[in-house]
Amino acid sequence: MYITVSLAILVTMALAIVRALRGPSLYDRVLAVNVFGTKTVLLVSVVAYLFGRPDFLDLALAYALINFIGVLAVLEFFQSRGLRRELDASGGEERS
Amino acid sequence: MTILFALFLLTMLVITAVAIVQTTDLFAAVMLLGIFSLLMAANFFVLDAADVALTEAAVGAGISTVLFLGALALTAARERPAADRPWLPLLVVLVTAATVVYATFDKPALGDPNAPVHQHVAPWYLSETPRLIDIPNVVTAVLGSYRGYDTLGEVFVVFAAAIGVLFVLSGDRPVGDVIRPADAPTTRGLKHHLIPRIVGKLLIPFIILFGLYVQFHGEYGPGGGFQAGAIIAAGVILYALLQGEGRALAALPEPVLKALVAGGALLYTLVGVVCMFLGGNFLEYSVLAADSVTGQQVGIILIEAGVGVAVTGVLLCIFHAFAARDPAH
Amino acid sequence: MNLALDIASWVLFGIGSLVLFIGAIGVLRMPTLYTRMHAASLTDSLGAIAVLGGIMLQAGWSLAALKLLAILLFLLLTSPTSSYALANAAVLAEKRDAESAPEPSA
Repeated sequence: MYITVSLAILVTMALAIVRALRGPSLYDRVLAVNVFGTKTVLLVSVVAYLFGRPDFLDLALAYALINFIGVLAVLEFFQSRGLRRELDASGGEERS
Repeated sequence: MTILFALFLLTMLVITAVAIVQTTDLFAAVMLLGIFSLLMAANFFVLDAADVALTEAAVGAGISTVLFLGALALTAARERPAADRPWLPLLVVLVTAATVVYATFDKPALGDPNAPVHQHVAPWYLSETPRLIDIPNVVTAVLGSYRGYDTLGEVFVVFAAAIGVLFVLSGDRPVGDVIRPADAPTTRGLKHHLIPRIVGKLLIPFIILFGLYVQFHGEYGPGGGFQAGAIIAAGVILYALLQGEGRALAALPEPVLKALVAGGALLYTLVGVVCMFLGGNFLEYSVLAADSVTGQQVGIILIEAGVGVAVTGVLLCIFHAFAARDPAH
Repeated sequence: MNLALDIASWVLFGIGSLVLFIGAIGVLRMPTLYTRMHAASLTDSLGAIAVLGGIMLQAGWSLAALKLLAILLFLLLTSPTSSYALANAAVLAEKRDAESAPEPSA
C-alpha cells in the first residue's frame, strides 16, 4: 500500500526535476524546487511508515521548514537583485 | 525495495549533477544544488541513516542555498567561459573514476553482516550502549561519548570556518552606506508583503521550539546539536528575510553571535576539563555524577548543547557577513 | 474496524497519488509560468491532505499521528504562502522588465 504511493511521489519528483532542468525562466526553476521539497516531505513520511520507523517524522517536519525558508530566501534575492540593478545603473560611482 | 528507491534516487542524482556542471547560469546551478541536497538527504533516509539525513537537509538544502544566494548577490550571474578545453582534468577524472569503480568490485555487499566494518567495534557499541550509557539512539552515543574527541574536532572546524569567513568578508566593507535613490521602490525585500510577513511571524516561534525539541530529543531519535543549530539559525534567517537584516541584527547583535560561537566551543572543552578535575580523563563523562550512567547522560546533554550553540552562532555570523556586504541592504 | 480503516487509507492514497501525478504533468506541460504555478500549488495541498490523512488513519491515536497533523498543518500554511510569494515576485519582475524595456514606437 505504501509502495504505490511512494512510487507515485517518486515519479512526481522526477517530473519536477525535468521542469527544473528545462524551465526557461528562473521562476520555473524555483517552482520546481518548491514542488520537489513538498514531495520530499511526503516521501519521507510515507517511507518512514513503510520501514516501520514512525519516529523519523521529525525529518519530514524539518524538510517542510527548510523548503519554505529556501523559497523565501530565493525570492528575497530576486527582489533585492532588482534594486541592486537600479543602484548599479544610477549610483554606481558612489561605491568605493 | 530499498534497492528500487536507491536506484531511482541515484539516477536523478546523476542527472542533476551533470546538469549542475553543464549550466553556465549560476542561479540555475544554485537551484539545482538545492535539489541535489534534497536527493542526497532522501538517499540517506532510504538507507536508514536518519541523523545524517536530517543534517544534510537542514544544512545542505536550507542554509547552503541561502549562503550561495548571498554570495551570488555579490558576483556575476553567469559563469565566465573557460579559457581552454579541459582535456587533462577530464582524463584525470576518468582515470580516478575507473580506479574507484574497479575497487568496488572487491567490496562486500551493502549491509552484509559479515563485512569487516560490522565485526569489531560496531557490535560492541550496539551491545554495550544500554549498559554504559542507556540512551536509545546509539548514533548520539557514538558521536557524543565514544567518539567525543572527533566531535570536539568538528566543533572547532566549524569555529575555524566562521573565523575564516569573517576574515575574508569583513575586510573591504564600504565605510559609508551606498546612497540609495530617493525613490527606492517599495518592493525591496519581503518586509512589505503582508502575507509572508504574517505567516512568518506565526511560524518563527514554532521553528525555534522545534529546534530546541530536536536538540534535546537527540538521545531518543534523530537529532542532536548540529541539526538543532541549523534549524534555529534557519528560524532567525527567516526573521531576517522577512523583517530586514537590520532588525535581525538588533535582535541578536554581532557580539552576541560571536559569543555564541566561542561559547559553544568553550562549553565543550570545559566539560572535558571539568571531567579531568573530577578525577577522570579528558571527556570521560562517567565522573560527572555519582552514577556513571547518569554522568554519561549529563555529559552528552552538555556537549550537545555546546555544539548546538556553536553551530547557531556560526551560521548566523556567516549569513550576516554575506548580507552586510550586499549593497541593496 | 481495521478493514474499514484500511479501505479508507487505500482510497485516500489512491486519490493522493492520482492528484500528485496530475499536478506533475501539469507542471511539465502547461504553457506559461502562471498556469504551471496554478497546477503545482493546488495539487500540492490536496495531495498532501490525502496522503498524510491516509497515513494518519493507519497510525491511530499516537504521538506519530500528532506529528503527522503538525506536518500537515505546516504544509497547508506554508505551501500557499510560497506560491503567493513566487507569483508576486514573478509579476513584479515582469512589470519591472516592461518598464525598463524601450517603448515601442507608435
